[in-house]
Amino acid sequence: METKTQPLTEEASPMKKQRMSGSEAVMQSLLHEGANLVFGYPGGAIMPIYDALYQYQDKINHVLVRHEQGAVHAAQGFARVTGKVGLCMVTSGPGATNAVTGIADAMVDSTPMVVISGQVASPLLGTDAFQETDVVGITQPITKWNYQVKRAEEIPEAIAKAFYIARTGRPGPVLIDITKDAQFGMFDYEYKKVDKVRSYKPSSPVKKDKVAEAAQLINLSKKPLALVGQGVVLGGAEEELKVFLEKAGIPAAWTLLGLSAFPSDHELNVGMLGMHGNYGPNVKTNDSDLIIAIGMRFDDRVTGNVQKYAKNAKVVHLEIDPAEINKIIYADVPVVGDVKEALPMLTEMVAETDHKEWLQEFRACDKIEDQKIINEELHPTKAGMTMGEVVRRVTEVYNDDAIMVTDVGQHQMMASRYFKFKNTRSVVTSGGLGTMGFGLPAALGAQLGQPERPVCCFVGDGGFQMTIQELGTIFQTKAPVKIILLNNNFLGMVRQWQEMFFDRRYASTELVNPDFQMIAKGYGIAGELVDSRDNLDDAVKRMADHDGPFLLEVTVEKEGNVFPMVPTGASVAEVRLE
Amino acid sequence: MKQEFTLSIYSENHVGLLNQITTIFTRRHINIESLTTSESAIPGIHKFTIVAFTSRDAMNKLIGQIEKRIDVIKAFVFTADEIIHQEVALYKVKTESLLNSNEIERLVRQYGARILEVTSEYTVIEKTGHKEETQELFDKLDNFGVQQFVRSGRIAVTKLNKELLSNYLRKLESEKSLLD
Repeated sequence: METKTQPLTEEASPMKKQRMSGSEAVMQSLLHEGANLVFGYPGGAIMPIYDALYQYQDKINHVLVRHEQGAVHAAQGFARVTGKVGLCMVTSGPGATNAVTGIADAMVDSTPMVVISGQVASPLLGTDAFQETDVVGITQPITKWNYQVKRAEEIPEAIAKAFYIARTGRPGPVLIDITKDAQFGMFDYEYKKVDKVRSYKPSSPVKKDKVAEAAQLINLSKKPLALVGQGVVLGGAEEELKVFLEKAGIPAAWTLLGLSAFPSDHELNVGMLGMHGNYGPNVKTNDSDLIIAIGMRFDDRVTGNVQKYAKNAKVVHLEIDPAEINKIIYADVPVVGDVKEALPMLTEMVAETDHKEWLQEFRACDKIEDQKIINEELHPTKAGMTMGEVVRRVTEVYNDDAIMVTDVGQHQMMASRYFKFKNTRSVVTSGGLGTMGFGLPAALGAQLGQPERPVCCFVGDGGFQMTIQELGTIFQTKAPVKIILLNNNFLGMVRQWQEMFFDRRYASTELVNPDFQMIAKGYGIAGELVDSRDNLDDAVKRMADHDGPFLLEVTVEKEGNVFPMVPTGASVAEVRLE
Repeated sequence: MKQEFTLSIYSENHVGLLNQITTIFTRRHINIESLTTSESAIPGIHKFTIVAFTSRDAMNKLIGQIEKRIDVIKAFVFTADEIIHQEVALYKVKTESLLNSNEIERLVRQYGARILEVTSEYTVIEKTGHKEETQELFDKLDNFGVQQFVRSGRIAVTKLNKELLSNYLRKLESEKSLLD
């Protein structure tokens, strides 16, 4: 493999080889990669690395989570708000298997992350040794790359390669499994930064002729619609996107993970796509004559029934991952490559125009959605509080500029629909995997990644209890995460489906919940329970003013539903308003 | 419409690569008809030849997912008319059956097979060819009792003049020199 030497620190210059243990080499290698925050949990097979960490405490901040799943989600939250590679460390066996859910989540949501797992000593491999699992085999389909290190000498290159692969191209999680003997082994340490792997092509240069074809379609289009995904955020192409959209006057809709790449109040922003997205972008998808997909992958939650999707439109697909082209929706013009490179090329070739009448069609849809759904959600006439009104109070108190973290379920959709954004990298949510329990640890990671920004973590009473132990980590780190628990004493999204599609047979969706305020108190976290609308405003203000973590628990209507909704198997044009 | 495809996959020679590739077939529920793997002409690079029946569309998606694996260098897909391919089959018959009539010897000549080894107990016959051919010989020989039969996976070369992988690697090298 070709590598370039790029010494970052004087004491570890490759000119001067230093004799050290594999464990210390892990620390040195992490510092070379600029990693100074790690979420983890110690255990037998990773103890040498933790022992080395003891001496590097002033350089590498280790956050002790309460469960390995929390470590991975926290690293994801950190990565999503900073754009850096998230880092976590777990021990072998159950430590590694507990990390699996988070790794799968990071894989499907393209989150750059490195997981270092301890492994039993290499002579014990394959013997069913204590706390041995085939973690490389288990995580193979859910990592971008993984590798087992069995000799100390391999550590610097394995870690360099891990960071390089995790952050380049379409990002993703990488797992490095290090046997205990490799952690103990002594060798002459030398760090070589990796900037090339023979068998790996992070992205292709954008082809000019494809851009020209795309520009031609755009210039001919009367009803273009841009679908914006996380690729824009991952590529850091927010500004390039804005310039492109404004010049070509194209209405833009957002996938769940593309939220916040573009200000909520921008006149070309027509809202969220998909199952619980806005009415306009769903219903207008089938009126559009040109879909311009930018860094998104046509998830089934976005497309609904693909046989009835965008039937009147040609499709231009800007995407870094060639495997996404034609995977779900056929692209008439694929533009493979980094959107940060492709968008300016496209901007140059498109005519300056606006599509005022077309944009007006979206605004007309907004009016319908306002009347049928949004007005009642934000200003309910019924006594019970809605999730939407709580979300809106919270976003307002932060002047629409907080980081929104969510768990998974009804509250996630409500937060995504009603929270507002001014700046990019302000959304942390589990999209592709839909991992309940993601929210709380991800919020901790996001807060540690962006200590100056407020972090609002919306959770439901179901998902909250899946990783509620991370309140302990929040308590220990004093991370001032604001937790907004939207409590309906139900697994709300499943209940909604039971109501709509299973004849109201509420099988195992009603929860008998503990006293969450008492739990928060036990963890030394301030909190408040709001069960009447009259107290909501003041409570939200008290939460925002509180210096430190806070649990705002709001009792919301027990059987509230999220609308609009594109039922499974239906076309996006058949989006239901009630 | 389903058809036969032959894939040539080149990868780094790392532990677990076979698993990385086959799970992609498993996930899409595509059966592997035959699989051969060995070091390629380029030292350090491994080659997999895989035969599968599926649609062109499914194959394109499969190839995309395979190439996405970090340790896979390149994957090529061919239809039957684009390659010359071969399989080898071994047949073990009783030497007694060989001696009892001329028929087995006649079949060996007719099918261009050859006798690898003769002992007093058994005789091993080898035939290379396409699956239909090796199967046909098996059916004929089995009239005299085939004690053991084994057929290898497919190996194939393309009808193209150029060697696809070495071209690709050269291109990678030239891209690198542009960057340096």
